[in-house]
Amino acid sequence: MLGTALGSTLGSTALGAGLRATDLVVYQPNWWEILTSPFMRNALLGGTIVALAAGLVGYFVVVRNSAFAAHALAHIGLPGATGAVLIGVPVSLGLGVFAVGGALVIGAMGKKAADREIATGTVLAFATGLGLYFASLATKSSSTMTNVLFGNLLAISDDQLVGFAVVLVVLAAAVGLIYRPLLFSSVDAQVAEARGVPVRALSILFMALLGLVVTMAVQVVGTLLLFALVVTPAATAIQLTPRPRRAMLVSTGIGLVSVWVGLALSAMLNLPPSFVIVTIACVVWFGVWMGARSTHRAVPVVVGTDEHAGAHHGHLV
Amino acid sequence: MSTPDAAAPAAAPAAAAPGTPAADDVPALVFDDVGVVLGGRLVWSEGTFTVPQGSVTAVIGSNGSGKTTMLKVILGLVPVCSGTVTVLGHAPGAGNADIGYVPQDYTALSADAIRARDAVLLGLVGHRWALSRVTAAEKAQVERALASVGATELADRRLSQLSGGQRQRVAIAQAIVSEPRLVILDEPLASLDLRNQREIVELLGRINDEYGVTILVVAHDLNPLLAELDGAIYLLDGHAHHAPLSGVVDEDLLSHLYGTRIQVVRTPQGEMFMRSV
Repeated sequence: MLGTALGSTLGSTALGAGLRATDLVVYQPNWWEILTSPFMRNALLGGTIVALAAGLVGYFVVVRNSAFAAHALAHIGLPGATGAVLIGVPVSLGLGVFAVGGALVIGAMGKKAADREIATGTVLAFATGLGLYFASLATKSSSTMTNVLFGNLLAISDDQLVGFAVVLVVLAAAVGLIYRPLLFSSVDAQVAEARGVPVRALSILFMALLGLVVTMAVQVVGTLLLFALVVTPAATAIQLTPRPRRAMLVSTGIGLVSVWVGLALSAMLNLPPSFVIVTIACVVWFGVWMGARSTHRAVPVVVGTDEHAGAHHGHLV
Repeated sequence: MSTPDAAAPAAAPAAAAPGTPAADDVPALVFDDVGVVLGGRLVWSEGTFTVPQGSVTAVIGSNGSGKTTMLKVILGLVPVCSGTVTVLGHAPGAGNADIGYVPQDYTALSADAIRARDAVLLGLVGHRWALSRVTAAEKAQVERALASVGATELADRRLSQLSGGQRQRVAIAQAIVSEPRLVILDEPLASLDLRNQREIVELLGRINDEYGVTILVVAHDLNPLLAELDGAIYLLDGHAHHAPLSGVVDEDLLSHLYGTRIQVVRTPQGEMFMRSV
């Protein structure tokens, strides 16, 4: 399966630089030419839009502990994509219907995270199986299957780009509108609810937005690797800064750098873009995580040294 | 932090701030023959009592007697099946901008992503839609609330870096930042050590004294609260009652309430505590 995936992804890159099975990394002297070619333009634009979209929702995914739901939504998209090929409709449409539909169901299931995890995992497994079944029915969908599993940034069409841009605008407007109540209900649902924030409606709306992002991101890095572009940069950013807006910016920045550097390296070394993009995001996360760990060891969390000071001074008295 | 005396006058206008027409002379709570059914089970009924503004009132009862349900009724999150509830002159849920709420499992929330200051700010502007600016006055209000609970020096830390007692302070700052007239706390002393319990109770007492804020606090142990309490709502045998402190600190009532023999001890110094015997 992996061999097929790599072969297919590389094949569709049309880089045409005699790849031998023994060569793991082949330097492409003409990489700048590749990077500035028309199909790369779509890849860069598409990847940029997806990185921006992931930056908008990724922070909330982490704060809401919805990482597993994001992962599951990507898998729920799989039967949508392979099913779309089967009945002859655009793959993005099938992906979108399944991802957003799945998101609404998960969002409506509500608060009990423990119950939700089992239900989500079960649906995830069933969806992946169903995707495989649909793929087996239509012979020509096997490349679709691979593209959905691992993404194919180099095959982004003009039509897809238009769709991506529209979704990004909708997403930015929606997040701008609900930013504070969503943050409030993500951090502390009970207090938010008591202050009249429609916590449940926001939860469903957020999952629908996440479904849209997943639909796009699957086309770039694929179902199996989506986590690294939607969740990992946000988790990295939260380790770097506890300020919500700054974290969203940093997260978007990591996503953009991963996509841009990933595409450049994939052109230089003739590697599948998804692989390089995901690797960069993961390496950045790992570096920050190690850094945070060593910092925490050096300066243990201060508990109780000055916590009583304020009370004794008595600001109200 | 180093200038507590400067902080007090800065916080003083807060007392006068709620310039809402909702008259100050209405009681904090008026329950009239209230009953609640949850999941087909009658939680409690026949709740008829009045809690005056400016009081500190405990909500007590054995486990599962419906204390948290009582808070949710007051917040308008759980409908009543009979009777009427009036909170600060409004129907439940209608005047929640005047209520600060500290939920029970505040310490369990996902707290790695934001600073204490951000959490308090959300208590003030978290319900606002769209990207409106936070004004300088609102920022000052957040700093005042943090100073009031002695959490100024904790403001830049992540909530996950705070101890249980520190987080409880931040939760209280979040609840009082909007200058509410009623603050509701669900088991704020649970899982705190004795020193933190005492400091949180002192803090509640100061908020009550300085701002005249009505305080409603769910507790399973009355002892740490006795010095500040004016009365208690108690849930006994499926009914909700209210009594002033003198009526609550009654050996027979407490024994019945907790299902075990309770003795009330009064020291010659005028202190009072209760114990299971």
